[in-house]
Parts: sequence; structure tokens; C-alpha cells
Amino acid sequence: MTEMNNWMVWPDNSVLSMLVVLLVAMILLYAARVPMHGLIRVAGHALGGPMRLGARWLATVAQEMKQRNKEVLLAQGRRETGQRVEREFERISILVKRDLHGYPTLQRKLLEEITRVEEDYQKCGEVPPPPPDWVEAVAAVAQIKTGGGEVVQKILEEIRDSIERIHDKAIAEFRRGYHTRHGILEGFMPYWRSLDKTMKQVDTKMVDVQESATAVDAQMEKYQQIVARTDVAESTLANSSFTQFTISLVVLWIALGGAFINFKLIALPMSEMVGAGDYITASLRTSEVAALIIILLEASMGLFLMESLRITHLFPRISNLNDRTRRRMVWISLVLLVTLAGIEAALALMRDMLIADKQALLQSLVTAPAAASGEGWIARIPTAGQMILGFILPFALAFVAIPLESFIHSSRTVCGVLAVDFVHVLGFVLRVLGILVRLASRALLHVYDLLIVLPLVAEQLVKSARGREPSVKASPLDATDKSASPF
Amino acid sequence: MFNRAFLAAILIAGLTAAAAGCVDSRSQAHAVYVLVDTSGTYANESGKAQLIVNYLLGTLQAGDSLAVARVKSRSFSEKDVVAKVTFDARPTQANAQKRAFRDQVGAFLRTVQGSAYTDITGGLIQGAEFLNETGAGRKTILIFSDMQEDLDKVTVRNFPISLKNIRVVAVNVTKLNTDNIDPRRYLGRLEAWQKRVEAAGASEWKVINDLERLDAIFAKS
Repeated sequence: MTEMNNWMVWPDNSVLSMLVVLLVAMILLYAARVPMHGLIRVAGHALGGPMRLGARWLATVAQEMKQRNKEVLLAQGRRETGQRVEREFERISILVKRDLHGYPTLQRKLLEEITRVEEDYQKCGEVPPPPPDWVEAVAAVAQIKTGGGEVVQKILEEIRDSIERIHDKAIAEFRRGYHTRHGILEGFMPYWRSLDKTMKQVDTKMVDVQESATAVDAQMEKYQQIVARTDVAESTLANSSFTQFTISLVVLWIALGGAFINFKLIALPMSEMVGAGDYITASLRTSEVAALIIILLEASMGLFLMESLRITHLFPRISNLNDRTRRRMVWISLVLLVTLAGIEAALALMRDMLIADKQALLQSLVTAPAAASGEGWIARIPTAGQMILGFILPFALAFVAIPLESFIHSSRTVCGVLAVDFVHVLGFVLRVLGILVRLASRALLHVYDLLIVLPLVAEQLVKSARGREPSVKASPLDATDKSASPF
Repeated sequence: MFNRAFLAAILIAGLTAAAAGCVDSRSQAHAVYVLVDTSGTYANESGKAQLIVNYLLGTLQAGDSLAVARVKSRSFSEKDVVAKVTFDARPTQANAQKRAFRDQVGAFLRTVQGSAYTDITGGLIQGAEFLNETGAGRKTILIFSDMQEDLDKVTVRNFPISLKNIRVVAVNVTKLNTDNIDPRRYLGRLEAWQKRVEAAGASEWKVINDLERLDAIFAKS
């Protein structure tokens, strides 16, 4: 208590003591006003200045990062669009080679056939006019008067008979000609239909080519936009990357679930191979790590298989291998993958056997009546299911390479955008902090003057009384007046 | 890029191998030594010992060790070990060993004969030796007894023993007729054993009388 009262000038009168101390403190603070103001201003500048500088620097960094991201994004987009255009051209090339290779010959042949058919058709449609001489001869013969003469009548009858025979013969020939032409025409009909069908097919293929050309046009337009570095292209590519990132992430999670099931299938039987009593850490068995390694090996083989098939392009070295080596790599990866899948199927079977053995042991240990075990094909369903699952899952895992590639490629863009945003936010926070520090230093100046308000008022009064500086008299007290700075 | 991926794979494989080499696999193993009291009237309880052994066989894993020894007039002898086994690392072999062990112990318990005296301390010393030799990380001695030690005049057991880092669990500690007259005798007996075991450096002392709660044997208190 006595120590606490040491500051009192008059220990019996605390109020008076406090007043005196306050007065002394006020005078001291007033005396130190100018250097203290300077100190506070300098401190404000010292803290706020670097923060503002930092904010500016971060803004520049964010801009540079954004520019770099744009470069990477556009380069990536250019490469992908270029590949798509190439693929479309390849498709068109194959289409043209396969379907339209003999198209000019075919067209010529078709036109010739059509012309022939048309000519024949026109010929068939023509009605041969009766020979005019005959008509006149018949008319002349008809005008001959028989006069009742038998000879003349007989001649006329013979002429008539002869004409009728010739007429019949001509008609028969005419009909035979028609029949022949109809036969030719009828013979052309299936061919005509076939030509029609071929023409339709050609038409369909031409439409396909046209569609591919439209797709190429669209890709080319996109490519041009990318080359022109438009904001629209950048925005489209960024959105596409975000979509790819999300989708590949979801697929990878699903694959992770598959890998977990795979792990559960082979972890127990692996203890039969590498031992159940070995531990790598306090809670991690060697058999579990071995199972994990097998799953990772399967994923790696799948990755190499996809790379060798040029479905993914994570390893340029593999993509750039010559076709012969690449094909060898495909076969090696596939054989290893099938082998691993076979091992997994066997392990899945062993898992079932181990569990059954353990159950039998436990039942014999508890000396309870054994539960009726399901015999027959129903009891084998889980075993078969496990074996099939064990064989299929490695191949399913092999396809993880595709979403993995998408994830890796898109994560560059996504992380870049997020990093730019983060730097922006950091810069904003620094800027706000800098402003706050500056405002705080100004507020502190006012607070300081508030503490020594009595000496300041006295100073004002003295100055007014002396009347030396009328302008000063009128001016209000400004704690933030930099002219008072000692520096 | 291919080279880098290959190097990373080798690095991971190397680290795994190094990690595998660094860890002592026995440190994770569990060793259990079961002392079965065959003295006096407690020999009649030996049928229950089979339950405990069966529970242990169902609980212990590949790589663990188990031994069953009898407590008789003088128990500090390898001859008193009825059966002992360290289970094979392969689960199928371990299961076969468990079946053989069960049969071996069952045959012993069917033909067990009572002894005149009860040397629990000798059995504890023998058990501690066995457990330390196994090198297991977790060591447990199960005492299937009424915990009433009865030594002849010649046998000396009143000296400090070492049960460092060994859990001691007394199972099926039956009450004697005298305990029924004065329960303090029973409680005092258990308290005396607890003090002795803890003084010997045991990591834990536990009493389990309810054979339906055998899972408490390995539960941490």
C-alpha cells in the first residue's frame, strides 16, 4: 500500500497530489509537444508508407501474375485448339479418302448411266408412226372399184390379206420392240434404285464433311481469338479450366473410393504374402503398405498404358517415342496390368478363404454350435463377386490417368487465378492497414493535444494578449499541422 | 519429365524400404503368459482356464506369443510350461498353430492334478523371463488363481522380483471360505499382491472376476 502511494506529493491528500502530478505531466507533455508530434508523424509514415508500398508492389505482382497466367492459358488453349483442328482435319481427310475417293469417277459413271436410261426411256415412250406410203397405198387400193369382177376382187382380197399380214407383222415387231425396251427399262430399275441410294449416301457423307468443316470453322474462329489474345478467349478458356478442374476432381474422388475398396480387398490377403506381424509404424502394417503399393503400381501401369496409347500426354518422352517402341510399351503395360489384375483376383479369393478359416477357428474356440454355413452356389456369389471386382478394379483405375491429366492441366490455371486473387486481397488489406495507420497517427496527434489542452489554451490566451500575431489568433489549433514538424 | 517421375518412384521405394528397416516388428507384438493354478481346491476351476485360453487364441494376432504354465508347489521351472507358441506371420499358419495349441492345453486341463502348495511368485518370475525373451512390445501375465500363495518351508520367494513393463492381470480370483468369514482377508490379499506387483515395476495391475468380461484383459485402464 505504501509503495502504491509513493507517487503522492501529499500522502494525506490524494486529490491534491493527483492534481499536482497531472499538472506537472501536462507541462512536460506541452514542452515535448513539437518533437512528440514529429515522432508520431514519423511513426505513422514509417508504418503506413511501407504498407502502401507493399500494396502497390502486390498490385504490380498480381498484374504480372495475371499476365503470366494469361500467357500460359492462351498458350495452352492455342495448343489444345490446334490439336482439335488437326484432329478435325484428320477426320475430314479420312472421310474424304474413305468415302469420296472415287467420287468423280462414280459421278461420271452415274451421269452416263442416267443419260442412257433417259435415252432408252425416251425411245420406249416413242410411238412409231404408220408409214405414210402404206396409208396412201391402202387408200388407193380402197378406192379401186371392183366392178363386180372376180379377178379384181380376188386381187384386192389378196392385197388386203397381204397388207393385213404385213400390218400384223409390223404390229408384232412394234410390240416386240416395246417389250424389249420395257425389258431393258425394267432391268435398269434396280440399278436406278441403287444409283439413287448411292447418291443419297454420297449426299449424307457430303453433309458429314460439311459438318466437320463447320466444326473446323468454329475451332479456327476460337484459335483466331486466342491468337488475337482477346479477353473473350481468355475468359472462355478460364471457365473451361474451372469446369475441367471440378469435373476431374469429382472423378478423382470417385476413383479414390474405388482405390479404397481395392485396398480393402487385398490388404488382408497381403498379410499372407508379406506377413501380418511386420509393422512400418506403430499402426501401419507392412501388408497394408504392400497392398497400397500394388494399387499404386496398377495406377502407374494404367498411366503408362494411356500415355503409350497417346490418350494422355503427361510424359512427352513417351508420346515422342517411335511407333514400334511405343507399341512395345503398350503391350508391356497391358501385360503387367493384366498380371496385377490376376494377382488381385487371386488375393480376393484368398481373402475369402482367410475369413472363412478365421470364422471356423472362432467357432471352434467358443465351442458353440456352428451356424449353418450356406452351401452351394449362393455361398459362392460373394467370392465370385470379390474375384471379379479384384480383376476389374485395376483396369478401372487405369483410366484415372485421363481425369488426372485434366486435373493437372486445369489446376495450373485454377491455382494461378486463385493466387492472383489472394495477392489482390493481400494488397487490399495492406492498403487498408496503411490508411488506418495514417489515420491513427493523426488521431493520436489530436489525443496528445487533448491531454495538454490547458497549456494550449493558455498559450492562445497569451498570444492574443500580446497581439503579436493576429492571424495566429484567429487560426484554430491544428494537431496535424505539418509546419510544426521539427524535421 | 519421365526421368523425374522415375527418380521420384525410386525415392519413395527407397524411403519405404528404409522405414521398413528402421522399425522393429517385434515391438508391436503382444506376448501373454498364462499361469494356471492347479493347487488344492482351485484345481477344480481349471475348466474355466480353457475359456480364457480360447479367448486369447481368438484375440491374439499373427506374430504374437502365448504360453500357458501351471502353478504348483514350485513353479520356477521350464517344465511347468504346458504349451508355448509364437504365431506365424502368415494368418493361415497362425490359425493352424492356434488349433494345435487349443488341443494341447485342453489335453493338459483334462488331466490336471492338484498340488500341495502354491508358488505364484515362482510362476511370475518364470513368466517374466519368458515374456522378456520374446522381445514383444506389450507383455501380459494372466494369473488364473485365488491368489493365495502357500509355500513349503524350504522354498524361498520373499525377495524383490522384477516385472518391469509387464501388465499383470488376475483372473477368476475366487473367495476362500475364510474370505467369506472376513472379507478383509480377501481384499487385503489382493491389495498386498497389487503392492508387490507394482513394486516389481509392473505397468498395470488388474483383477477380472467376471469371465463374461474378458475383453477387459487387454483394455487400457
